[in-house]
Amino acid sequence: MATQHSRSAARLMMAPAVFLLLVWMLVPLSMTLWFSFRKYLPLRGGDLGWAGFDNYVRFVTSSAFWPSVMTTLIIVGGVLIITVVFGVLLAMLLDQPMWGQGVVRILVIAPFFVMPTVSALVWKNMFMDPTNGLFAHLWKFFGAEPVSWLSQASLESIIMIVSWQWLPFATLILLTAIQSLDSSQLEAAEIDGAKPVSRFYHIILPHLGRAITIVVLIQTIFLLSIFAEIFVTTGGAFGTKTLTYLIFQRVLESQNIGLGSAGGVYAIILANIVALFLMRIVGKNLDT
Amino acid sequence: MGRIQLKQVKKSFGDVTVIPPLDLEINDGEFVVFVGPSGCGKSTLLRLIAGLEDMTDGKIEIDGQDATSLPPAKRKLAMVFQSYALYPHMTVRKNIAFPMRMAGMDQAEQDKRIASAAKALNLTDYLDRRPGQLSGGQRQRVAIGRAIVREPEAFLFDEPLSNLDAALRVGMRMEISELHKKLATTMVYVTHDQVEAMTMADKIVVLQAGVIEQVGSPLELYRAPRNKFVAGFIGSPKMNLIEGAEATKHNAQTIGIRPEHVEVSTTDGLWQGTVGVAEHLGSDTFIHVHGVPGCDPMTVRVGGEIPVTHGDTVFLTPNLQHLHRFDAEGLRLA
Ligand SMILES: Nc1ncnc2c1ncn2[C@@H]1O[C@H](COP(=O)(O)OP(=O)(O)OP(=O)(O)O)[C@@H](O)[C@H]1O
Ligand SMILES: [Mg+2]
Repeated sequence: MATQHSRSAARLMMAPAVFLLLVWMLVPLSMTLWFSFRKYLPLRGGDLGWAGFDNYVRFVTSSAFWPSVMTTLIIVGGVLIITVVFGVLLAMLLDQPMWGQGVVRILVIAPFFVMPTVSALVWKNMFMDPTNGLFAHLWKFFGAEPVSWLSQASLESIIMIVSWQWLPFATLILLTAIQSLDSSQLEAAEIDGAKPVSRFYHIILPHLGRAITIVVLIQTIFLLSIFAEIFVTTGGAFGTKTLTYLIFQRVLESQNIGLGSAGGVYAIILANIVALFLMRIVGKNLDT
Repeated sequence: MGRIQLKQVKKSFGDVTVIPPLDLEINDGEFVVFVGPSGCGKSTLLRLIAGLEDMTDGKIEIDGQDATSLPPAKRKLAMVFQSYALYPHMTVRKNIAFPMRMAGMDQAEQDKRIASAAKALNLTDYLDRRPGQLSGGQRQRVAIGRAIVREPEAFLFDEPLSNLDAALRVGMRMEISELHKKLATTMVYVTHDQVEAMTMADKIVVLQAGVIEQVGSPLELYRAPRNKFVAGFIGSPKMNLIEGAEATKHNAQTIGIRPEHVEVSTTDGLWQGTVGVAEHLGSDTFIHVHGVPGCDPMTVRVGGEIPVTHGDTVFLTPNLQHLHRFDAEGLRLA
């Protein structure tokens, strides 16, 4: 279609954008790679030269590494399950004609607009505080001993907070998917003798397959790097140290940039393994 | 047995009454066609029979048993939708098997019925495809296959051919008619295409704004339309309706004459007019004639070819045996 001339012109025009994107991506990546092979302690002598694979070995052999990977995977998995399950239920609920639909929909979306730091603070102080929190009052009202959520059920609490933030996103995407379902398919299934549960299982769920895939993929990308929620609530204590948080501690608390960079490279590898794994399971929903 | 009786059935959406109380009887094995202009309530009536809409008032009996509050699945009716409503993520085989699977039928019987339906509908080569990989006509056949395997008491079709091209429509029309002859099951068929209605029906129900205007066999409706609406709706091209002095001569408010019942001559006749458009189809010629008092333009049909073109003068003589007379309310006069 395009002539030789217009094609080379197009290439010339696109070059600055492509160049900018490359620089944007490659500079931080190569700096991380570079530092991961150096012994770099900013407060204890600065760049102390080549370190080979020392940083990599130290990072993996530290007793905090595997637990942090596990914690990361548990949080990502837990949030994904909760947001997808409740997202589907909420989307079906919101799809029903009801009074005040517009307002309810906006209310459901609202948590997504709250910044992670703010929502974590609100949850920590208003709901989960063992003496003044709403949950504590509720527990006391029923005569139970208040739970100190963030220390006794720390991982569950963080999963809850993060799920609360991401549920609107999942609900919104799944709602638009449900709305695009041709109602005559449901009617046909009804005539064909499918009970409500079978209709959900055979018609609605397969229809939502693609939307669920998108929710899972997008959320995974963001959930692998959650940080603010942990920083604000537990500060990485009580078994809530994710890989991201561990890297943060190595770089800022131990002031070891080389070690942190090696952790960063591991985080990239972990993200790719998870991505590969997800694409295997759910990626096939994206074709056809 | 598929005998369906509607007794004083009424349907309103909010304040709007779409179907005022209506009685209708559909006999076992009959091919009944609902026709009427868009929005007249054909689909609504069919959905009421299927149980997809709740009745505002009235009663539906299927085989003499009250089915008014029976859920759709229990009515033993199968429905074919205009949009086919196939399950897109299932193969053709699974689509056809779905109602049997829901009924918990054993696998061997399922396979047998799928095989025979696929054979009857020419779908054997496509059983492992998804609906998205089929043509419109094939999808329609899958939808019909899904209905057949249930061995229902009656089939309900809602404009099943309206998404197909003209040639395919003629073919599928024949297939459905043949299917009816073979199965001898009651079929209720909604369409706004009066050719489909005339060619397929044992009994046509003409609806307008939710009201039944006339029920009868295609030829009854053609020969003796009960009112002006039916007269204008059945028959193609439409009947010419003439008002004024010409009608008064026959003691009627309006007289009607079908295009095929007017004689055309270039030399003499009762009415004189000029040719507007002449449509030469080869087998027939339809001529739209201007200047006939009380009816402009008047459409006439001439068998074969006739050498007239725009602007020519022609003379028309109606065949008085086939003249229809209507009173001021639009009702037929004997
Ligand atoms: N769910 C609904 N709520 C309100 N009004 C409705 C609803 N469904 C149908 N109607 C109205 O009922 C009338 C009859 O609709 P219906 O679909 O039965 O028409 P139809 O004869 O099938 O027309 P078409 O040939 O265009 O399919 C229409 O005026 C339509 O606006
Ligand atoms: Mg309709």
